[in-house]
Amino acid sequence: MSLSLLVLVGVLFAVGTYLLMERSLTRVALGVGVLGNGANLLIVVAGSDSGQAPIVGRPDQLTDPLPQALVLTAIVIGFALLSFVLALAWRNWTITENDGVEDDFEDRSLVSRKEGTAKPGDAPHHEDVAR
Amino acid sequence: MNFRPSAILDELVDRWLSKVAVLVAVYVTFRGHNAPGGGFAGGLVVGGVFVLQFLTGREPHIRHRPIRRPTLLLGFGLLVALVTTVIPLVVDASPLESHIWKLNVPFIGEVKVVSSMFFDLGVFFVVVAVVLMVLLSLGARGESLVGDDGVGAS
Amino acid sequence: MTALLTLPVLGPLVAAALCLVFRRLNVQRAISFASLTVAAGCAVAVFVNVWGDGEVRVARMGGWPGSFAITFVADRLSAVMLLVALAAVTLVLIYAIGQRAPDERSSFYHPVYMVMSAGIAQALLAGDLFNLFVAFEILLMASYVLLTLEGTNEQIRAGTTYVVLNILESLVLLVAIGLVFAATGTVNMAELPERLAELPDGVRTSLHLFLLIAFGIKAAVFPLFFWLPDSYPTAPSSVSAVFAGLLTKIGVYCMIRTQTLLFPGEASDLIVVVGILTMVIGIIGAVSHQNMKRILSFHIISQIGYMVFGLGIGGEAAIAATVFFLVHQIPVKTSLFLVEGIVSRDQGSSSLKEVSGLARRSPWLAVLFLLPALSLAGLPPFPGFLAKFSLVRAGLDAEHYVGVAIAITVSLFTLVSMVKIWVAAFWGEAKPSSVGQPDAVATVGLLRHHRLMATSTAVMVVGIVMLAVVAGPFFQFVTDAALQLLDPASYVSAVRSS
Repeated sequence: MSLSLLVLVGVLFAVGTYLLMERSLTRVALGVGVLGNGANLLIVVAGSDSGQAPIVGRPDQLTDPLPQALVLTAIVIGFALLSFVLALAWRNWTITENDGVEDDFEDRSLVSRKEGTAKPGDAPHHEDVAR
Repeated sequence: MNFRPSAILDELVDRWLSKVAVLVAVYVTFRGHNAPGGGFAGGLVVGGVFVLQFLTGREPHIRHRPIRRPTLLLGFGLLVALVTTVIPLVVDASPLESHIWKLNVPFIGEVKVVSSMFFDLGVFFVVVAVVLMVLLSLGARGESLVGDDGVGAS
Repeated sequence: MTALLTLPVLGPLVAAALCLVFRRLNVQRAISFASLTVAAGCAVAVFVNVWGDGEVRVARMGGWPGSFAITFVADRLSAVMLLVALAAVTLVLIYAIGQRAPDERSSFYHPVYMVMSAGIAQALLAGDLFNLFVAFEILLMASYVLLTLEGTNEQIRAGTTYVVLNILESLVLLVAIGLVFAATGTVNMAELPERLAELPDGVRTSLHLFLLIAFGIKAAVFPLFFWLPDSYPTAPSSVSAVFAGLLTKIGVYCMIRTQTLLFPGEASDLIVVVGILTMVIGIIGAVSHQNMKRILSFHIISQIGYMVFGLGIGGEAAIAATVFFLVHQIPVKTSLFLVEGIVSRDQGSSSLKEVSGLARRSPWLAVLFLLPALSLAGLPPFPGFLAKFSLVRAGLDAEHYVGVAIAITVSLFTLVSMVKIWVAAFWGEAKPSSVGQPDAVATVGLLRHHRLMATSTAVMVVGIVMLAVVAGPFFQFVTDAALQLLDPASYVSAVRSS
């Protein structure tokens, strides 16, 4: 287990968490990517001693293949998540021309206790309303 | 976003790189059982070619390829992979279990065929289809989010 | 047995692939329905098997031995959850077909819904932590797509919160699994109890908390609940019904597994406190909101609080009550959301300020709402009463008097907010339907307009009533399930010896 890699995991987590707290969706997407890399690196670093690549037919001193298999799966899943968040950010941008995450309208109106008429949040999902 | 076709890249990618890459992808896919590789890696190689084509401004080119409905390819690949998963159940083995046939092909010699090769082929198609879908939906000029068939766009 | 345990996962996945190939709507519907029927049939068979002798059933993938294989395990809890979950998913599919909305708008509805069903089944059967993580990702990824399928402004806004929070949950779970593997060298649930017990206390507690936080976000417990009431109401009813009925419950299921198998009885005080706070915060939200879907979403949270409270109390009676509660909540919550869907389809809104007089327009719809609502509030003779009563009794036996007092108070307020919906939406002047002729007010034909939707909701409500009818034997089953859960050694030896 190498100390520098552990420090790197820490840095990745710190950067990822910071980015995830941002309002801007693009930064959130970057944060998701960075955090995912941090998690994967953590599994590799913590999960196995270093050694030869675990391929059948190699001599001794192989590293444990299981964490690598786990990380491989996790990388693919992380890639899918990242691309979904990017698609979401892109869609958000095309609709609102704004990269930010907006507040929940119904919550805001409840907080300010405005007894208004119909609020946008009240509208049922249009698919539930028959055409 | 409208990329201008760059003549050199275009030439390089379309005429040479794509053919070589397909060969590499086939090689990588089929050697996956004894050495690192497999359907996922092979699919990524082919996907990489599509991405390069897209970057050289060949996006309409992809659009008019025979594979115009990547969802079909996705479903097909998934189906191939899943059928190889389910078939062992029929012969009373556990799912995903693979069988090895050793064939003696004239002039070539002994060829080892593993049933999980079909699973890998399925994965190959799935990866290629996903890359195509990403390019067509996110890379296209804001036309649709969920593929090439117009749903989801507004 | 291998086929019975794997088909609930593989069947819907094959259907998803077929639905991608065939885009004709009716073909997609037939494929989805057929595969879910097969999966639910397998779940029934598994349940009947396990009900008989209570032995743990195991299936291994790929012919690998022991802990190398992907393992599917069904004990009593998994079997009953699998059965109820797949039945609910199938009924909601029928409802969605009747609603004719989600799948007519997007050819991706059916494939994605199938993938989610497969993920739900896999999460309930997973025999190792990493497999559980993959199952979570499968069902979450599908739920992201279902929630934002049309990409409207409101959906994207709420979907973003949901997606980011759940990605955070996935990452916490992934890190937890990585650390568990680093500490013990295995992720197999049959090997973990032994190896976790050997760890020093500090390491074990931190691993435990990591897992609890991950599952806690999924289950929407206090203080990790805030994403839920924001995102669920933005989806169409057929989608939010599945989310409400199943996704949070799978988080609770995983918490039960963690608390009984991996870290038996540890940190139970913390869990009791979290449970109580979850109940309270959920009911406060439910009382303050004015929209049916929002109210019901907050009820999800407060009911989760009961289960977490029961889990924290521990012991045979409390765990049995928790499992009973868990099983009972799935049809109750799902059917309430389905009724809400019929209401807003008929009235054009589900805001309590705009809907009224539904009981006059359609007495049967009122019945469909009233039965699950009363069961949710915990009135006798409904199964919800039995669940809450046994929970309260277990709490009293364990001398958690404050918790029990709060639980009973929250239960009263649950009734209050159900009455609020009832008074506002079902009593009063009848309003014309937004569908059909304006003079349809007087007729009682509301359910006739929405036949498939009403049928599937009715089947689910009948299921709830049936649960009250068979309460005796079922409570015996649940007690057996709790005994099995409290004896991790039997799980371990069953998985190892098979």
